[in-house]
Amino acid sequence: MHLDVRIPLGLLFLLLGLILVGFGFTSDPAIYVQHLGQNVNLFWGTVFALFGAVMLLLTRRKKSG
Amino acid sequence: MQSLLPLPLLATAGGGNVHDVMLKLAGVDYLILGIYFVFVIAIGWILRKYLKTSADFFESGRSLPAWVCALGFIGANLGAQEVIGMAASGAKYGIATCHFYWVGAIPAMVFVGVFMMPFYYGSKARSVPEYLKLRFDEKTRAFNALSFAFMTVFSSGISMHALALLLNSILHLDYNLCILVSSLIVLIYIVTGGLTSAIYNEVLQFFLIVFGLLPLVLLGLKDIGGWSGLMTQLQGYSAAQGMPGAWSHSWAYMGSEKSNPMGIEWFGLAMGLGFVLSFGYWCTDFLVVQRAMAAKDMSAARRTPILAAIPKMMFPALVILPGMLAVALYQKGAGFQLPAAADGSPNYNMVVPAMLAQYFPNGMLGIGLTALMASFMSGMAGNVTAFNTVFTYDLYQSYLHKGATDAHLVRVGRITTVVGLLISVACAYAARQFNNIMDMLQLVFGFVNAPLFAIFLLGMFWRRATGHGAFFGLLLGTLSAMIFNGLTLPVGEAAGIKGGWMGAHWFFHSSMAQNFWMAIFAFGACFAGTIIISLATSPNKTDDQLRGLVYSLTEKIRDTGTRWYARPATLGGVVLAGAIVLNIIFW
Repeated sequence: MHLDVRIPLGLLFLLLGLILVGFGFTSDPAIYVQHLGQNVNLFWGTVFALFGAVMLLLTRRKKSG
Repeated sequence: MQSLLPLPLLATAGGGNVHDVMLKLAGVDYLILGIYFVFVIAIGWILRKYLKTSADFFESGRSLPAWVCALGFIGANLGAQEVIGMAASGAKYGIATCHFYWVGAIPAMVFVGVFMMPFYYGSKARSVPEYLKLRFDEKTRAFNALSFAFMTVFSSGISMHALALLLNSILHLDYNLCILVSSLIVLIYIVTGGLTSAIYNEVLQFFLIVFGLLPLVLLGLKDIGGWSGLMTQLQGYSAAQGMPGAWSHSWAYMGSEKSNPMGIEWFGLAMGLGFVLSFGYWCTDFLVVQRAMAAKDMSAARRTPILAAIPKMMFPALVILPGMLAVALYQKGAGFQLPAAADGSPNYNMVVPAMLAQYFPNGMLGIGLTALMASFMSGMAGNVTAFNTVFTYDLYQSYLHKGATDAHLVRVGRITTVVGLLISVACAYAARQFNNIMDMLQLVFGFVNAPLFAIFLLGMFWRRATGHGAFFGLLLGTLSAMIFNGLTLPVGEAAGIKGGWMGAHWFFHSSMAQNFWMAIFAFGACFAGTIIISLATSPNKTDDQLRGLVYSLTEKIRDTGTRWYARPATLGGVVLAGAIVLNIIFW
């Protein structure tokens, strides 16, 4: 029985997502406006973290099932 | 082993001494890159306790689910050529670059899943060269194993060189440091975790590349005014290049080699790329086939390449669109400049870094850079795992130490990984010093690869094919490729490495057209040669020995335990239909 690949995958994306969200909240708005008015770190950080969380939830579902 | 795109496009990635694209990283970007490195090493470290036998180390114990193998299958192919090279081609050729996917990959991936995996997986061969030994003879296996081993370490070295050159160019990182860090990380996670570690990391790399490039494409599309805005700008760009419409259609301008930027006509494209080269790569290259052979059962092994074909079909949106967006933004005059080489011509290899610099703030920039690193490292790791398996099973165990114990083979596999990476490092430095030698080696590998699919096709579907027929057919095909190259030349090129060294008698509109037609001729010569020599020699295998290796002598798989929609034939049909629809939409 191998390690479930969704565990490192989920953890990696959850961690990267949280870092991006944190950085998105604290960084100077001028940086992201200059680079089409969206805070891409905040938006994509949320997407990454959600993807990571879903992956981890899938591994839990498998264990309980 | 290399992908279908010529390597020189990459060997110059970074543009030599040009520093026209510069990424300014912040602490958060380095943190993201560092976390990724920790994860890939940790995966290898955690998996080491599961490695008990040589089958665990080299074949993942044939225990992985289809979806993991499928992502490994596509991840191993997601090397630098895919991310940097395809974006460069997107800028250079427009939508026609999609032919490398919808014509040059999908049909072959479906074919290997439906028709060829039963022989690879069912024969219990541990590698593609070993299948050749079982089907033909020892000399055919040795020829394939030796050429494959050389090609894999060479390709790994080129990946390493391209990565170091790119990072040196866009971040001013020291070339030697880049080589050391990238090779050390790959070494640690392969030596500790074997093939499973490589496949698991390819899964991570796949998602990193998807999530690293998707925001880039969406932001670029938003900036250019959506799909219609992109098409409008590409129409203008095509007209400015003297080929109106050619950048925004895949087939419409393939009637003549003069009317499209690829310089190839439809038959050369469909036969050369769509049949000979793509089937030769996807159906016989152990780098990708190894991922399918790690699957837990026959059904999973057959579904692996077909499931991989689904994201592969969509990948042009991620890897080709950035290049198309770059030329469209340049055409729009929105302040975006195409990166320039030393001579002032556009340096298409720098399109992805230029787009990252344009759209990503610090934070996302770290993700984009990590995606680039992941693509280079997956290419290196894929080659190294294929190399250590072929060397250990097909060369060491077969010729040097036939009675080696299982534990001894694992030790040899680990030592081979170290040696393979050291040779790759040497190749990287050789590529840096002697670009012409690398071009020459690439050319020789092209000669060997072009006819390869013919002997697999005949071997699997014609039981009369003999060992002598396959071996000498392969030599004849390789010789034909060499002579074809010597007699032909792309227009505007000097005789030499590009061809014409026997006197240029025929001219092609582009190197790509010359390569596609060379493959057609080499395949034809090998196919005919194998048939003629096989008929002239007596069979060297009995029907009993060929059972499980040849279509007509193998019991057909019924797939009764699998639901109808999950069967390889059904999945393959759906995937092929999808590829046809995409070809029609972007005609």
